[in-house]
Amino acid sequence: MTDSRPIDSVVLAKQVPDTHNITGDAMTKDGTMNRNALSAIFNPEDLNALEMAVQIRERHGGTVTVITMGPPKAAGILREALWRGADRVILLTDRRFAGADTLATSLVLQKAIEKIGRYDLVLAGRQAIDGDTAQVGPQTAEKLGIPQITYAEAVLEIADGRITAQRALDSGTEIVRCEMPCLLTVVGSANTPRPPSVRRQIAGKLAATPGEYAALRAKWPEFETDAALEAHLDAHGLRIPVWTADDIGASAEAIGLAGSPTQVHKINFVVLESTESKTVPPTPEAIAAMVAELVHEYIVG
Amino acid sequence: MTEQQSIWVFIEHTDGQVADVSLELTGKARDLAGQLGYEVVGLLCGHGVEEMARDVIRHGADRVLLADHPELAYYRTLPYARVAITEARRRRPEIFLVGGTPNGRDFAPRVASALRCGLTADCTDLQIGDYYLRRQDATFRNLLYQIRPAFGGNLVATIVNPTTRPQMATVREGVMRMPAADASRTGVVEAVTPEFEPGDFALEVLSRQVRHATVKLKDAPVIVSGGAGITSAEEFALLRDLANLLGGEVGASRAAVDAGLIGREFQVGQTGTTVRPRLYIAAGISGAIQHRAGMDQSSKIIAINTDPNAPMFQVAHYRIVGDAAEVVPMIIEALRERSMDQRAAE
Ligand SMILES: Cc1cc2nc3c(=O)[nH]c(=O)nc-3n(C[C@H](O)[C@H](O)[C@H](O)COP(=O)(O)OP(=O)(O)OC[C@H]3O[C@@H](n4cnc5c(N)ncnc54)[C@H](O)[C@@H]3O)c2cc1C
Repeated sequence: MTDSRPIDSVVLAKQVPDTHNITGDAMTKDGTMNRNALSAIFNPEDLNALEMAVQIRERHGGTVTVITMGPPKAAGILREALWRGADRVILLTDRRFAGADTLATSLVLQKAIEKIGRYDLVLAGRQAIDGDTAQVGPQTAEKLGIPQITYAEAVLEIADGRITAQRALDSGTEIVRCEMPCLLTVVGSANTPRPPSVRRQIAGKLAATPGEYAALRAKWPEFETDAALEAHLDAHGLRIPVWTADDIGASAEAIGLAGSPTQVHKINFVVLESTESKTVPPTPEAIAAMVAELVHEYIVG
Repeated sequence: MTEQQSIWVFIEHTDGQVADVSLELTGKARDLAGQLGYEVVGLLCGHGVEEMARDVIRHGADRVLLADHPELAYYRTLPYARVAITEARRRRPEIFLVGGTPNGRDFAPRVASALRCGLTADCTDLQIGDYYLRRQDATFRNLLYQIRPAFGGNLVATIVNPTTRPQMATVREGVMRMPAADASRTGVVEAVTPEFEPGDFALEVLSRQVRHATVKLKDAPVIVSGGAGITSAEEFALLRDLANLLGGEVGASRAAVDAGLIGREFQVGQTGTTVRPRLYIAAGISGAIQHRAGMDQSSKIIAINTDPNAPMFQVAHYRIVGDAAEVVPMIIEALRERSMDQRAAE
């Protein structure tokens, strides 16, 4: 028995530096990273969360709204979200959000979700690859006062206002049933995110935040004024709304660096003290000699 | 209710056994408490788990807060968090340490959010120190230094929570050393009564399928790890052959895990397992700080890498500049020949 009621989902997404494809240019000689040389991507497990939400909509009807807190350029992943099936996207951006730790981030997400109003599910990736903390999901759930299902791998059923899901744990799996609304954090093994659809890409090509109008008009001179462009975007549902701290009613002392209980005391550069080491040429003889030495030292039995 | 300042440790358990990471953290809490004159408190939720409280005391706790209730028989976020939140509000611990396990990482952020306190994930070291906050022109004494690799290369960040309490941190298994059990240690087991609210039971567990841990990386005497320099399942199989010959286990970098070459439970490093084997062989692993944090205390390290400038070479005892796909078979061959010679000699 499945619910005929449509399900409204909010997906939390983050734009992250692409740590998987760190090229030679991104690493400086002293071993620090040139962040600017890293491309910015949709956090991988957030894509799994989006895919799960889109599949739920395909089954039950309803809507998928994707929100992200980030700098203006994070609008990039929101466009991608539209191409991958989101109905609606919102950018949460404000200078005062900068420097937020996970607690201050979850407060902004809570306020934004409450402004959205109606929702049955909140879905987020298990963790973001630039921090691996896995904290923002549970912290947002707590602030919303809703239960959480972490490490969700599959949605088995949605019925009678409850969701049944399978969780992937190191120690095995767990099947849980939870009252909605609730928050799910989704693991990478949950699904294979669909690629951006060409049809949606064409239809959503112009999707933009007001901050991007100037750049867009440089490419599309037929829009002579911002107002003309905006009228076009609004008519096609392509204006990406931007919400600031004031829009969501978040007070300055609760957000960004000021609202973050954790502070960076210091950052130290790690100087590697070279260990006493031997260079072993990649030849069978040299390697046999190394093995003999390890046996002699009882390292290898 | 105690007036004494305290350091809390969240005690996890499965099948009647306290998790190693909880005992490791109890030991670390003991060290820190010794510097500060604080009390070490274990927070133990469960059902029929009183015997485990003794174990926690033997490993360094002065007191165990024991919430024993049928609803707490297995870990569930909201009932467990309720006990922690209620007791933490009442008793105001200074520091609260949680294991970086799947359940610990589910529990800690929920509790930190409710207490509006700071939480640092996956610390690789914990120390005590002072902090000067310019904004308030104030010096905070005896804070918990939460130390972890920072994103962006060879950097380590020290995080503090100057104004909120408790100071919360998660630490992965194996990072702190397991303290020796001291059977003569005594401590107080104090029962606490859970004060559940109806919403705490919004989630029910319908079934559990337990897969018994097949890997115990932490205990392997030899670990052969592969990274992004290993590009196929066949090449990875060579690492497994080598590990088998050496009586060890295979491990991996996060890049190899992300590439789908091996399961997440094999990841070595800051957000995987911390290991200290007799021998660690790193094949095609560059040696990012997050990886090194989990293996640089190995007794002997062999690095195999095509790039002579790979940072891994700086922590290695044997440096082999070459293609792992060629070098690993050479090591296998050398070991096979030795064992054949040995058999011939017998
Ligand atoms: C918050 C956070 C947490 C993290 N936690 C962890 C963690 O717990 N564990 C972890 O490992 N990483 C972790 N990482 C990722 C880490 O920063 C590195 O990205 C990762 O360790 C790189 O893996 P790698 O060395 O296998 O890949 P790469 O850095 O891509 O290195 C591959 C290496 O293989 C060499 N190579 C290529 N071909 C060959 C060949 N044929 N033979 C021999 N060598 C070859 C290359 O020269 C290169 O040095 C974390 C990152 C973040 C941001």
